[in-house]
Amino acid sequence: MPITIEMPKLSDTMTEGTLLRWVKKVGDNVAVGDVLAEVETDKATMEMEAFDEGTLSEVYVSDGQTVQVGQKLALLLGAGESKPAESKPAESKPSAPASKQSDAQKKPDTEKKAAQTKQSESPAPQPLKTADAESGQRVKASPLARKVATELGVQLDDLPGSGPGGRIIRDDVVSAHENRAQTVSQAPKTASPSAPAVVPPQPVSQQDVQIQLGGMRRTIAARLLEAKTTIPHFYLQTEIDAEPLVQLRQQLNTANEAAGLSKFTINDFILKATAVAASHVPKANASFAGDTIVQYGSVQLACAVAIDDGLVTPVIRDAQTKTLSQISAEVKDLAAKARSKKLKPEQYQGGTITVSNLGSYGVDQFFAIINPPQSLIVSVGAILKKPVVNAAGAIVPGQRIVLALSCDHRVVDGAIGAQFLAELKRLLETPALMLV
Amino acid sequence: MKCDLIVVGGGPAGYVGAIRAAQLGKRVACIEKERAGGTCLNWGCIPTKSLLRNAELYHLLQHRASDLGFRFDNLAYDWSKIIARSRAVSDKLASGVEFLFRKHKIDNIKATASIPEAGRVACKGADGKEQILEADSILVATGATSRPMPGLPVNGKTVIDSHYAMIIDPQPKRLVIIGAGAIGVEFAYFFNAFGTEVTLVEMLPNVLPVEDTEISVALERALTKQGIKILTNSKVTETSTTKSGVRVTVESKEKQTFEADCALVAIGVSPLVPAGVSLKLDPKGFIQIDDRYQTNVPGVYAAGDIIGPPWLAHVAMWEAIQAVNGIFSAATPKRLKTFPGCTYCQPQVASVGLTERAAKDKGIKFKVGKFPFLANGKALAAGEPDGFVKLLFGEPHGEIIGAHIIGAEATELIAELGLAINLEATHEELEETIHAHPTLSEAVHEAVGNAFGVAIHI
Repeated sequence: MPITIEMPKLSDTMTEGTLLRWVKKVGDNVAVGDVLAEVETDKATMEMEAFDEGTLSEVYVSDGQTVQVGQKLALLLGAGESKPAESKPAESKPSAPASKQSDAQKKPDTEKKAAQTKQSESPAPQPLKTADAESGQRVKASPLARKVATELGVQLDDLPGSGPGGRIIRDDVVSAHENRAQTVSQAPKTASPSAPAVVPPQPVSQQDVQIQLGGMRRTIAARLLEAKTTIPHFYLQTEIDAEPLVQLRQQLNTANEAAGLSKFTINDFILKATAVAASHVPKANASFAGDTIVQYGSVQLACAVAIDDGLVTPVIRDAQTKTLSQISAEVKDLAAKARSKKLKPEQYQGGTITVSNLGSYGVDQFFAIINPPQSLIVSVGAILKKPVVNAAGAIVPGQRIVLALSCDHRVVDGAIGAQFLAELKRLLETPALMLV
Repeated sequence: MKCDLIVVGGGPAGYVGAIRAAQLGKRVACIEKERAGGTCLNWGCIPTKSLLRNAELYHLLQHRASDLGFRFDNLAYDWSKIIARSRAVSDKLASGVEFLFRKHKIDNIKATASIPEAGRVACKGADGKEQILEADSILVATGATSRPMPGLPVNGKTVIDSHYAMIIDPQPKRLVIIGAGAIGVEFAYFFNAFGTEVTLVEMLPNVLPVEDTEISVALERALTKQGIKILTNSKVTETSTTKSGVRVTVESKEKQTFEADCALVAIGVSPLVPAGVSLKLDPKGFIQIDDRYQTNVPGVYAAGDIIGPPWLAHVAMWEAIQAVNGIFSAATPKRLKTFPGCTYCQPQVASVGLTERAAKDKGIKFKVGKFPFLANGKALAAGEPDGFVKLLFGEPHGEIIGAHIIGAEATELIAELGLAINLEATHEELEETIHAHPTLSEAVHEAVGNAFGVAIHI
């Protein structure tokens, strides 16, 4: 029977592959194990081996062409066979990335496939791995966890297990799924450049540890690579006089303490100032949308929160309408929820501008990567005590904060960014302005 | 002397927790005011299983001998010997626990303990000698005791609790048992098998109220057939001791009064909280703990019956191991989720996971599979055709969420299903596992098949 060779699914994230080069030509005899072609996936270049013998009767895809997983590549005929009349490549495979569920349904086909690809570091593709390819270790997962993982499209090989002996149980799969939903939707996909193959690090010593990527880490890796490589970033920075801010905070906190209220952090003021500045400079509160620019009518203020295995950016809704106290209370609540992984989608989706503050770690200054589809991220450093030249020309001790902006030049030009930064500086140096 | 861990109580939670800590290389002392082994080994699980074995054999010989082709005259039993055997089994096992203490170099201190403050335990021996022990951590495993019935104090003669019931001599002719949980039901079976006239009173609608209702109903039928008078939905409203015994008034639809030689109170247990530092308790008086089994007093932990239901030895042992692992490592100990429950009357009852009732209450979608022992070859060959296996599977994935067995050896058959639930097995794994033929375990396999339309023998 003629055997159709299809684009194999060679990695779990693979939705399409590029046929780099046919090694066998039409009319060549093929033995089991012969290399038919070289295929490039989102991860690596691999050799596609024949799993059946015969004659390569037809190829439907030429060198360099990128096709969807499952699309017909070639036809292999056995001895004395002729090609069936209707043997045509499936032209219109759905171009949307195949969902995991349909991958799972395709499993029987995959198993019947005549050609599989040999890849030294990966076993034959399966919807769910039962063994860690590199260590060769068995993935311990309960039967129920496997079923649920197939359904939700969750990879088991990098999940921490909380069942007996570290076994992955249903709850682990469900929470990984929820986490992934959280991180994925926090940075909606705008473009999909093919990720360059990773140069594999050479082992250095016996003490090296291989850490499998979790769902969140995978997303961070993909989204930030995409942001940094596809968004034309440019950077602005300024140093602000933090003394008025420190004093105001002290006054407010003394009053709050007396009243039994919780204290404000410096970051609360920066969030408030960012919300006000973004409403004053609306061009900075916008997104690039291909043919258009969307200028937002409200400030959906995202705030980067470090959590155990990554970070999330919960969103303060309509921050331009909220008081300092409201913002302070809300960010506290959101950060706690983020750390306990209890954020709901509506609490981390749809941010329009982000603040990332590493001041508490003692960082002087830095430039964060833009959180797409937003166009601007504010990076905040620590309050530094340093000598400053005052209005009278004398060198006096001062307290300073470095504020930096990373801007998407497609949306925010230098002048707009500068205007936004100046507004931010004005508000923070005269913080009473924010309270009126 | 300073220890790494002092365990207060030498029952299943206490001695197991002490041994676990010793395995981890810790210096451990275990303080127990009576003999090591706790209620389970001395006055609970173990001695009653000895008594029930006698009851089971006597019942078999008395009622089934001719079916089985035995013929004899003057079948008789020696009540005192039956009790003595039960005590001897306890003695043997208690000395086994003492041996384990020595083997693990655990200081086994016979004394009453109190905890004046975190890190210190005051011991008072039977001879009145007092000493203070110090340790970084303290594990409270003081357990529970029979809950007294208001108005019917235990006197050891006409009003007894489970402790007295297993050494009562002579055998009572008429017995009223108040409470049809596992303890009440087991004693009802035991005394009835030896000819005591037993009335079993339960306030709730069914005997073994925690079990699946279908199982409880089947058991009621079996026990009634054996001659036990069962009154469910019935409340004891009046009690009095008489010259010859006890009078118990029970109200259900109508009011009935029973005269008996004695009444066995089996209405649950009360906590035995150690004296000293004030530990935070729940409304029923059991010690409240956090995720690490720690009480409100830092450094003082608790496990076993003293932290509340289910009051089961195997749960207590598991909790103690979890607690001790948590004390000596950073790993978060686990809290109880799934545990088997067993009742050793005949037919036996065993279950693990959710009852049909609980699954419905939780709004879980599920499928039921059942298989009667009547259609199982081994059960017929053994002359044990009563009972059935009932399994609950979650939908749509077919994971097993509950298992309920009534019948011979039910308590041994349940282990497979505990493993299945713990490993989150689905019907496919059970289905694909070959169960030896002929065994009672085939009934489990067939109940799985029944739920998914592939049972062969039904």
